[in-house]
Amino acid sequence: MPEISTRQKQYLSQKKKEKHLIFAARILIFVLFMGLWEVSAARGWIDSFIFSSPSLIAKTFLTMCRDQSLFFHIAVTLTETLVSFFFVVLLGVGTAVLLWCSPRTSLVLEPYLVVLNSLPKSALAPLLIVWLGANERTIVVAGISVAIFGSIINLYSGFCQADPDKLKLIETLGGHKKEKLTKIVLPASVPLILSVMKVNIGLCLVGVIIGEFIGARRGLGYLIIYGSQTFKLTWVLMSIVILCIIAMGLYAVLNLVEKSVQKK
Amino acid sequence: MDPVLKVRDVCLSYHTLSGETPALSHISFDLMPGEFLSIVGPSGCGKSTLLNLIAGLIEPECGSITLKGKTVSSGSTSVGYMLQKDHLLEWRSIYKNILLGLEIRGELTPEKLAHAEELLHTYGLDRFRDARPSQLSGGMRQRAALIRTLVLEPELLLLDEPFSALDYQTRLNVSDDIGKILKSSGKPAILVTHDISEAISMADQVLVLSARPATVQKVVDIHLSVEKRTPLTSRNAPDFKKYFNLIWKELNKNA
Repeated sequence: MPEISTRQKQYLSQKKKEKHLIFAARILIFVLFMGLWEVSAARGWIDSFIFSSPSLIAKTFLTMCRDQSLFFHIAVTLTETLVSFFFVVLLGVGTAVLLWCSPRTSLVLEPYLVVLNSLPKSALAPLLIVWLGANERTIVVAGISVAIFGSIINLYSGFCQADPDKLKLIETLGGHKKEKLTKIVLPASVPLILSVMKVNIGLCLVGVIIGEFIGARRGLGYLIIYGSQTFKLTWVLMSIVILCIIAMGLYAVLNLVEKSVQKK
Repeated sequence: MDPVLKVRDVCLSYHTLSGETPALSHISFDLMPGEFLSIVGPSGCGKSTLLNLIAGLIEPECGSITLKGKTVSSGSTSVGYMLQKDHLLEWRSIYKNILLGLEIRGELTPEKLAHAEELLHTYGLDRFRDARPSQLSGGMRQRAALIRTLVLEPELLLLDEPFSALDYQTRLNVSDDIGKILKSSGKPAILVTHDISEAISMADQVLVLSARPATVQKVVDIHLSVEKRTPLTSRNAPDFKKYFNLIWKELNKNA
């Protein structure tokens, strides 16, 4: 280890302080918010029947943990999300590769992709229920439909940005389309694929919840709808909190994958 | 002796929606075995296009290009091409980068691999075999790129301003380095550059192209009276300046 100068030490400790400060501020916001919520509900400033309170949510959470019904709902939503994410990755990368291989097809299909991508997918959900029935398949399809078009467009445009000189290199070495794809385009797009997927796992969750709102008897989306209809707003808020945690968790997992790939 | 490469009456135009631009007009020249040819010309005159034609990446609209009597075509195994940058792939080690061409052609045979080993050893890249391209200096990267080309045993090497991305000092060293390697391999080569000194220092013959549409304006044979001629020693030759002025004048004629 080389000797660290006093200035450098000062600089480092300043950076560290800054980091701690930001972390502390984040925690403080959380604690203040929860505290304010709890106190307002306890003092009757807000109606705890409509707004619930952190303690009520925690109580409901514990009760539902005990009869294990909550785990069931969480597992259903999580599985549906992961299955639709799997198909989004598969279909997204696959379609983008096919489009890259045939520029003419992609030019023909471009306006359709743009329309499908900008269409609010929640509008499709009622149709999907009628066509496919109120079952898991519909919900998975809803999850896929939200994420798939955007990921195809993003991946395809990323593939097209492969360095033309590197593609020429493959030609000068005697390679053709297939080699360009496997030796240049795909390896160069790994970071892009990962960042697109980081966005998409969240979108899949959105699609799955939309699906569960309309046609499910289980899952967190169902819990939210059921809770709101029976005025158990504590259920609704608890589900929302759990959804936040799931979304964060899924994002964090993909973030880890991305980091580990970058390190290589 | 028969020429290795015969370029006869080659023309090409660029086509865009807004019109047609003639790029090359009736270009003809020969390249003898082991000879080093430099091509200079005003920028945008179609020098790189000419190399793309010789590599068989594009087809001429008229005329013919034959390498050892055979018309060149895309994916032809006998032309090695070095581009402006080394384009080593960051996600591969140096060794894997060098094997890229063999991999693409499906020629990962024991003999070819042994040849790759030998080249790695001869050109001092042994200890960088598992390194990533970004860990190497510009000169070493250019060497690796050259080996990637040489391992395919091309009959002709094309160099498209391969040193232009390097800083001046590295550039002098690398051109000297690459020049020696090419000389020792005995392969004929064509260098495209807009640096007149570089063109003279490396070449047996300099071809001056005119502005677009490019024609062969002048062919200058380079005979430098230096012992053990290398690109660096060439620059000290007494006749060097004479050739420089000659080519400079030719280039300015069409300016």
